[in-house]
Amino acid sequence: MTAAVDRLPRLLSLVPYLLAHPGIRIAEAAADFGVSPAALRQDLELLWVCGLPGYGPGDLIDLAWSEDDTLTVTHDAGIRRPLRLSTNEALALIVALRTLADVPGLEGGDAIDRALAKLEDAAGHAAAGTSRVAVRVEAEEATLGGVRRALDEHRARRLTYSPAGRDETTERTVDPTRLLLADGRSYLEGWCRRAEAIRLFRLDRIDALRLLDEPAAPPPQAQPLDVRGGVFRPSPEHELVVLRLAPQARWVADFYPTEEVTDAADGALLVSLRAADRSWVSRLVLGLGESVSVVQPRDLADEVRALARAALRAYEEPVL
Amino acid sequence: MSARRTERLVNLVICLLATRQFLPAARIRALVPGYDHGDDVKAHEAFQRMFERDKSELRDLGVPLETGTNSVFDTDADVGYRIARRDYELPDIHLEPDEAAAVGLAARLWQSGLSSAASSAVVKLRAAGVDVDPAATLGVEPVVDATEPALVPTLAAVQQGRVLRFAYRTANAGNAEDREVEPWGIVSWRGRWYLAGHDRDRGAARVFRLSRICGPVDQIGPPGVVKVPADLDLVTMVARLGAEGPSRTATVRIRHGAGAGLRRSAIRIQPGEGSDIVDLPYSDPDALADRLAGYAADVVVLSPADVRASVIGRLQALAGERV
Repeated sequence: MTAAVDRLPRLLSLVPYLLAHPGIRIAEAAADFGVSPAALRQDLELLWVCGLPGYGPGDLIDLAWSEDDTLTVTHDAGIRRPLRLSTNEALALIVALRTLADVPGLEGGDAIDRALAKLEDAAGHAAAGTSRVAVRVEAEEATLGGVRRALDEHRARRLTYSPAGRDETTERTVDPTRLLLADGRSYLEGWCRRAEAIRLFRLDRIDALRLLDEPAAPPPQAQPLDVRGGVFRPSPEHELVVLRLAPQARWVADFYPTEEVTDAADGALLVSLRAADRSWVSRLVLGLGESVSVVQPRDLADEVRALARAALRAYEEPVL
Repeated sequence: MSARRTERLVNLVICLLATRQFLPAARIRALVPGYDHGDDVKAHEAFQRMFERDKSELRDLGVPLETGTNSVFDTDADVGYRIARRDYELPDIHLEPDEAAAVGLAARLWQSGLSSAASSAVVKLRAAGVDVDPAATLGVEPVVDATEPALVPTLAAVQQGRVLRFAYRTANAGNAEDREVEPWGIVSWRGRWYLAGHDRDRGAARVFRLSRICGPVDQIGPPGVVKVPADLDLVTMVARLGAEGPSRTATVRIRHGAGAGLRRSAIRIQPGEGSDIVDLPYSDPDALADRLAGYAADVVVLSPADVRASVIGRLQALAGERV
């Protein structure tokens, strides 16, 4: 369903829409405009009293409204075509198509290029500013090919994968469901048989991808993830960590999703964030060194101290 | 907007599309229902205000209102209005089913920000007879987060070529500073939005993270003053900010089973017992030290000396062994 458009632009599009779809049902037209059938009826009642100066029977917009709730325009009063695309409308579609066209090896790559050329043409002047906005999605061509094949052939895959934040390599069997482009990266979405859940695998963290001789069989409970709002969704079940960041480490607050950020003395920040996994936080903290301290939980602070001490012992060994 | 005003505006569009002559305001007042017809000065002023508001409403929608006079003998008082059909109407466009699917997918890409513009564009295409499938997939689902509050005003300034003023917080400073910027373009890179332009305060080209803009984004000065360099490559300009080409090599010792991410970017791996010696490319020694210190005892920096010292410094700070 399309999101509702403001009423005036909707009314101006409605007559040409009905001309292009003679005999369409009200419910179907309403869905195409993202409004309820009742709202669409009100629109039609308003249009019925609009028309050419004179506003007599031959001047007003006229619609044939049949008993089975279908519509046909009998007089259009001269609004036969929709208004041209505005600069923002042209931008929204053209920049999005260019973003998709940049992703190598997509199934509809050729169709994307053709649609792009036609839209640029139809948008005319409105397309002029679209080169000033670009969206780049990182897509690893080699891995992408393998992922696309797995999806096309509906076959399970064996993945060698290094998850974010944890320094380990895992082997998993995955039933691929979708390819996602989100937050500027590409991901394979699939049912992970090990975790028995839908998971996202970032393409640049996949070390190896092997096609298995069995069909992909995601179970019925494998529902697509809702990634609108970000790939990483902090959950209240995750541990709450509070860090104190010196001014030179303030960037952490806008790099990672945070729960709360408050200013502390001397330009420092107190940041609380949800961590799905402790090893991720301790790596972040170790990398920040003196510009960070763990405020909470206390035992995480102890853990980090122990890791740092162990690492320093490793540095005492002679360099070969 | 009231139903009465909406009705008046629809009639105004129909009337101005139908006329070849430029219609003076007084004619429009007489022809289009809904304007005040009183004779006195007050009624006349009320009409003037209403008509001004109506014109700007239509222009905001992108309706190309033309102004002009019908004859060279006309005076300013005879200035009239019309809408040229060829400027108003979306040209003919026919999309094959797979092309319409691509457009449906593209329209779904934006999350807020430009999503309403994408929806209204799709409505216009449908009104032109193109059947855009809102559920098309092409096997891929793209999502671009455009919720950044600074995005929409910045976008408008880029399109109009107007100078921007905003308060900006740099990565390491707590306080925001006022910046005056001639905007060149906007890039989403690795999931984050950047503004590229000429920073008038620094007198140089600069890239700004939109999330670090605090408070309102003000457009100052007239449209069309921003001159974009002819050879501008926006994406490269923004990407360079995040990653200068690696030109140096560090040598580290990585324990077996650890450092998968590092191994992936390695230039050379010499297998050893219990650990391997790995050569890594890098450009910024501090960024490399941040990354390597995170691996604690699993990764030991052998060279260069400055990166090794930085990592040891970070570990000492956290081990409570500050020297």
